[in-house]
Amino acid sequence: MARLEIGQIIAVIKEKLPEAVVEEVLDGVEPFVVVKAEQWGETAQLCRDDSRLGFDLLSCISGVDYPEREEGPEIEVIYHLDSTVNHHGITIKVKLPRSDPRVASVEKIWQTADWHERETYDLVGVVFEGHHNLVRILCAEDWVGHPLRKDYEPPDSFHGIKNVIY
Amino acid sequence: MLLNMGPQHPSTHGVFRVVVRTDGELVLESESHIGYLHRCFEKCAEGNNYLQVVPYTDRMDYLCAMMNNWGYAAAVEDLAGIEVPERAEYIRVIVAELNRVASHLLAFGTYGLDIGAITPFLYAFRDRERILKIFEKLCGQRLNYSYVRVGGVTFDMTDEILADIEAFCDYFDPKILDEYDNLLSYNGIFISRTSNVGVIPAELAVSYGVTGPSLRGSGVQRDLRRDAPYGIYDRLEFDVPVGSGEMGQLGDCWDRYMVRMREMRQSIRLVRQAVKDIPEGPFCDKKAYRAVKPKAGEVYKRVEGARGEVGFYVVSDGTNIPYRVKARAPSFCNISILDKLTSLSDVMLADLVAIIGSLDIVLGEVDR
Repeated sequence: MARLEIGQIIAVIKEKLPEAVVEEVLDGVEPFVVVKAEQWGETAQLCRDDSRLGFDLLSCISGVDYPEREEGPEIEVIYHLDSTVNHHGITIKVKLPRSDPRVASVEKIWQTADWHERETYDLVGVVFEGHHNLVRILCAEDWVGHPLRKDYEPPDSFHGIKNVIY
Repeated sequence: MLLNMGPQHPSTHGVFRVVVRTDGELVLESESHIGYLHRCFEKCAEGNNYLQVVPYTDRMDYLCAMMNNWGYAAAVEDLAGIEVPERAEYIRVIVAELNRVASHLLAFGTYGLDIGAITPFLYAFRDRERILKIFEKLCGQRLNYSYVRVGGVTFDMTDEILADIEAFCDYFDPKILDEYDNLLSYNGIFISRTSNVGVIPAELAVSYGVTGPSLRGSGVQRDLRRDAPYGIYDRLEFDVPVGSGEMGQLGDCWDRYMVRMREMRQSIRLVRQAVKDIPEGPFCDKKAYRAVKPKAGEVYKRVEGARGEVGFYVVSDGTNIPYRVKARAPSFCNISILDKLTSLSDVMLADLVAIIGSLDIVLGEVDR
């Protein structure tokens, strides 16, 4: 298959899942689309399986906390997909309410998502539904809070080890 | 028996723990535990301005810090719309490729050590030292360079250093690399220890997000320098070596090892071209040398590091401090396949060491 431009990629997604894409931002440095959280699982499956898209490599999952959004506090989960066959890529975002951020896990679709989702859960506190082992990966198992939330306060001590701030 | 390999174990190349369930010498399954070196680089980045983040990126993959610097710098340059001077682009290729050689040399040396051959390690460090000397002359640092910075590089490349680099290339390629192949690559014991061990099928590798030499060892033609060129790579000539299953099955440890050995020759080829064509001019954007303040926006930039795709996702809110920096570390994804490999087939305990070594991980980058 051939390399597609971002507009063509979005057209393919819209053709199969007309409701999924809720927002397109194509004029920034990094063009991206926002997908409805409830439909992310289906969209992900489509992205990998449709041979025109062929996104077989999930490059990165990032979580970003936006507590002061106009439309209400949000957490964004950003998926950077890439195709090793067609040599194109896309950035897909899912916007979740900050009070209860839940989204479908894609570890069955791209196995690398297993660790990436655990990391996003650990640091940002996003719950990935259907993940087989959603536990902390980088912080200690009994760590409290999610460090990359904007309102996170580092603890004064951890198991009797003082937090020294220079 | 349940056995703890690590966190302090010479063959895990850092602080990495694998809990293995064994039956005699056989590994039935394994479970990786990471995070021992976690210091939340991403949180630190939210408290410093754009230029102050660069030294943190050095400490992720400390064996090829130039590529981490470059990945971050390129992301911020894209975000702020900074033009990098021509000379700086050439210098970046030179230092990045030399750093790749240094990193692969270490991988080669320690891999021999893992398998039980001590001599290659001594040779590899002898030659790596020459590269580190060049870097020391260039920027006063041997490991954490912070040399590639937003807008260009920190210091100019003098003619004396260029001569040193040329001398190194002439010394290293092809004589020394041939010597290494004779010493280790085609050594009978080495081949029997690494061929048909830890076979990663191409599809599985892609699904696990394995990139870099470890992916190319499985025969997948993917190199960002060629597929998504950044800097001046589209002007330079080089080949992308991939594994072909010469000594056994495609995607075994030997294939991954050999991709690195062949990549070193290509890196030297790139360095020679860049040294030949390097133009005169400024080495850094003057404004960006002092301060950077991008407009609100976001960018995801990837470069081909020595271990795979180094990605930086940077979000700006219009101030001089990044709103969010997320680093995609290649080793983090590469090592996640380990548990799968041990569950696919029963491997020997000694082979587990060979597999971890062939993935060439740096724990500073896994844990960030």
